[in-house]
Formats: sequence, C-alpha cells, structure tokens
Amino acid sequence: MNKPVSSVMQTNPLIVSDVTKSFTMHLRGSITIPVVSGVNFTLKAGECAVLGGPSGVGKSSILKMIYGNYAANTGQILVSYRDRMIDIVTADPRTTIAVRRETIGYVSQFLRAMPRVPAIDVAAEALVEQGEDIEIARNKAGAMLARLNLPEKLWQLPPATFSGGEQQRVNIARGFLTNHPVLLLDEPTASLDAANREVVIGLIREKKQQGVALLGIFHDADVRSEIGDVIIDVSRFAQHADRTNSPISQSVIADYQ
Amino acid sequence: MTINQDADCLRDATLVPHRQMDLEEQPLLQVRSVSKYYGRRIGCEEISFDLWPGEVLAIVGESGSGKTTLLNCISTRLTPTSGMVNYRMRDGSMREVFRLTEAEKRFLMRTDWGFVHQNPADGLRMSVSAGANVGERLMAIGKRHYGDIRQTASDWLEQVEIDKDRIDDQPRAFSGGMRQRLQIARNLVTGPRLIFMDEPTGGLDVSVQARLLDLLRGLVAELGLAAIIVTHDLAVARLLSHRMVVMKEGRVIETGLTDRVLDDPQAPYTQLLISSILQV
Repeated sequence: MNKPVSSVMQTNPLIVSDVTKSFTMHLRGSITIPVVSGVNFTLKAGECAVLGGPSGVGKSSILKMIYGNYAANTGQILVSYRDRMIDIVTADPRTTIAVRRETIGYVSQFLRAMPRVPAIDVAAEALVEQGEDIEIARNKAGAMLARLNLPEKLWQLPPATFSGGEQQRVNIARGFLTNHPVLLLDEPTASLDAANREVVIGLIREKKQQGVALLGIFHDADVRSEIGDVIIDVSRFAQHADRTNSPISQSVIADYQ
Repeated sequence: MTINQDADCLRDATLVPHRQMDLEEQPLLQVRSVSKYYGRRIGCEEISFDLWPGEVLAIVGESGSGKTTLLNCISTRLTPTSGMVNYRMRDGSMREVFRLTEAEKRFLMRTDWGFVHQNPADGLRMSVSAGANVGERLMAIGKRHYGDIRQTASDWLEQVEIDKDRIDDQPRAFSGGMRQRLQIARNLVTGPRLIFMDEPTGGLDVSVQARLLDLLRGLVAELGLAAIIVTHDLAVARLLSHRMVVMKEGRVIETGLTDRVLDDPQAPYTQLLISSILQV
C-alpha cells in the first residue's frame, strides 16, 4: 500500500490509475450501473485540473472516490501523505482520515454541518483539526467569511437556516482555510452571485500560487476558462466509451510500481 | 442562564484542540472471533476488529441484531462463549481481558474504561447528589481530599453544561438530558481511555440529543478518547463515528469508514437499512 518517496511525488501529489466504478443496486434485482472505467490522470502541484463532460457522466463520483467517500471497484488512487504514497482504494478508515486531515481537502456541493455549531466554527473546524490554535483559526475564519461577503451578524449562528449561497460560502471558507496540498472542488461557485464567484476565482489562483494541486467540477464556462489549466474529459472514462489512456500518466505511475 | 451565555458555553464545547491520531500507534483493543450463544440462539458470532486510540466506532443495526450483546461481551459485562478480547494496558502490554487479575479488572472498570448506559438510572446512583455521583469514581481510585473531589466534580459538571449550583441536587430532580450528561461526567472524571456507549441519545428529545452529540463530539476529540457506540440511529453514527460496523442477526454485514458505508453501501442489507431512513 505504501510506496517510497520520490521527487515525482512532490510535483504529482495525486495519481489516479485505471480506476473503475459501478453501483450494484441490490434492492432492484442487483442490477449493476456502470459509472466509469479506465480512469487515468495525474494532478500537478500548482495546477487546477477541471473534470469536464455532461452531467451524469461520473465527475462527482471521481471526486468522491479520491476522497474515499465512494469505494472504487478496481485501480489505484495514490496520494502523497508525509513521506509516502497511500492508495486510497485499499487504505483502512484511519489512514483515509489521516489523509483527509493532512493531504486532501474537499469543498462539497452541499454543506453538512453539526447542528447548533456556529458558522464561524464550522469554517474554522478543519483548520483546528490540522493543529491550528483555536483563536487564530477563528480569526482566519472570520477574515475568510468577510472576504466572501458573509454578513458578520450570521457568523455566530448555525448555518442550517442559511440560504443555499450563504451555506456554500461557509463551506468554501472551511475548505480554503486549510493547508491541504490537494484540494477537490465540487461546483463551489454553483449558487454564488458574480461578485462572490470572483472571490472564489481569486482564492483558487492563490492556492495555485502556493503549489496546491486542484481538481474541480465547474459548470460555469467563464470560471472554467479563468482558472482551468487542464481539462480532463470524463466522457472518455464513461463505460463502453473508448479507453484513451494518456501515455504520460502511465509512465509516471510506472515509477511507483 | 441567558441564551447568550448558553451559546458561549456551547461554542467552547464544540471547537476544541484535536488530539491528533497517529498512524504509527498500536491498537488499543483487539476483538478476535467473539461469539455469544444463548442456548442455540445466536447473540453474536465470529466478530473481529481492532480499535485504535482516539477512534470512535459505531455499531449499528436493528434491535435484535446483536449489537448490545457484542458491546457487553467486549466490556466484560457478559462472558463470550468463545473468542478473545485484548486490551493495551497503560504500561503498553496487551492483555486478555478475561484473564486479568481482579485488581486489574477493577482498574479497567473504575478508571480506564467508562460505560454510558441508554437509561441514565442504570449508570447513576439516583438517591445521592450529582457531586457525589461524579466524586464516587474518584474515591474508588483512592482520592480522599473532600475539597479536591468537590472541586473536580464541580469542574466536570461545568464541562457537561450542568449549572454548578445543582451539585447538591439528586439526579432524580434532573431532566433526561441532564441525567445523561451527568452520567457522562461520572464516566470521564477518572480520565478513561475507552468509553462504551449503548444508545447514548436514545429516548431524548431531538434538541437535547443535538446538544449531547455536540458535547460528546467535543470531549472525544479533545481527550483523544476511543469509543464504541451502539446505536440504531444512522445520523448519530454519522456525526460521532469514524468507522462503522453494520450488524444483522448477530453477524457483521459490512464495515468501513462511516461516510463511505452510508454514502456507498455495498451489502444488500446495508442498502436496505440506509434506503429505509426517512428524509427530513
């Protein structure tokens, strides 16, 4: 499961190799719904890769497999963790949790927050988990919420009653505050107005400058063209489609095997 | 207490420094092929798993699935028909819990382990004061100074959000949620490393449940406690646990990272269980 460190690892903190995913619906006569197969790509530090293709093609499923939230059926998802590469497909739960704390951040499409926890603490929580001092984390969370134009009167309230756009901004603050070398973004700008979309574009640019590798789904073509460095067309991984594996990512993976 | 004070108190309980899990650590508890039969009926069968320091494991399943039997077998409240439970003592040695000396067993039950019952009356002494309920576990481990014990008890009441001036009241004068928080204080006062909980939020109103979940989540993260929580409530499992074991008819059906099991269930029974949740 653990591979030795190499210089490739620092520049390629995430390598997805020959990943397959299908869902078996046991309650509906065990039919199998194929999602993707032969998923191969490599994320580079300081780049933002965009998952492209029509909805329903499996973009979110790929993000969720990388985060360990969905189980891949086959293949490897190698993520750099401290001095080694960890395969998320076979990692045990506590290893996946450690990777989520230190390596992979995730801005999900919808906020899932603890009841009764104020917005500012929801935003600060992932940073505190990384070991940041609570008061410093709260200050950083406040600054980030202000940058995202969330009114200060909402900071001490639990986000459950917020509008979709307000919840999404708490979610974005939470995800962008941390120091994760890999950041997954599931339509972070979907429910935002133009001004806040610009803020998020700025945040993504800063992450790229810091050497973070980003992988995102953006339905907004303007956002895509502003921050996307590489487009990964997911329709070529959709099952029954032709498998076109990039020879470059193949050779990178060979370095680890 | 005003609403504002309540919110402040809550805020401190929810955002706490996290004791970091260390991947190099050794397991705290090893459960190996534990089976319990009641005559010919299966209580639980061939259950094996490891638990690491700081890890929260949820055991879920419908009533009669064997989850409480399993919890009782691991915590030595029941003797398994076969199988082994190993626990890492504070000196680092791994010991079989059913072969400990009486003194070692007492140390586990009174100090290093806690057990939170679904019904607080099963875990509290209802006719002595709240302070004495918390202080009793301290006296059991040799603390004798009355002032120190009272001070520690009072600090713990504060930690679980019970007003300090209720220290001399009996738990029978407390609401269900307060009793449950008192039971938690009584268990945590000795600085245990492992807590067993049987439906800790069962029978509580949802608002009281949310407050308790909040409190438990904060305490577990701050103290780096390992916990095994039996619950039939999948939402409780999602909020509190890192890892989940799904049981049916005494056997393990599926196990894995909690959000993975809930969002991408693999076994037919787990899919049925999750698809049966009412959405609100």
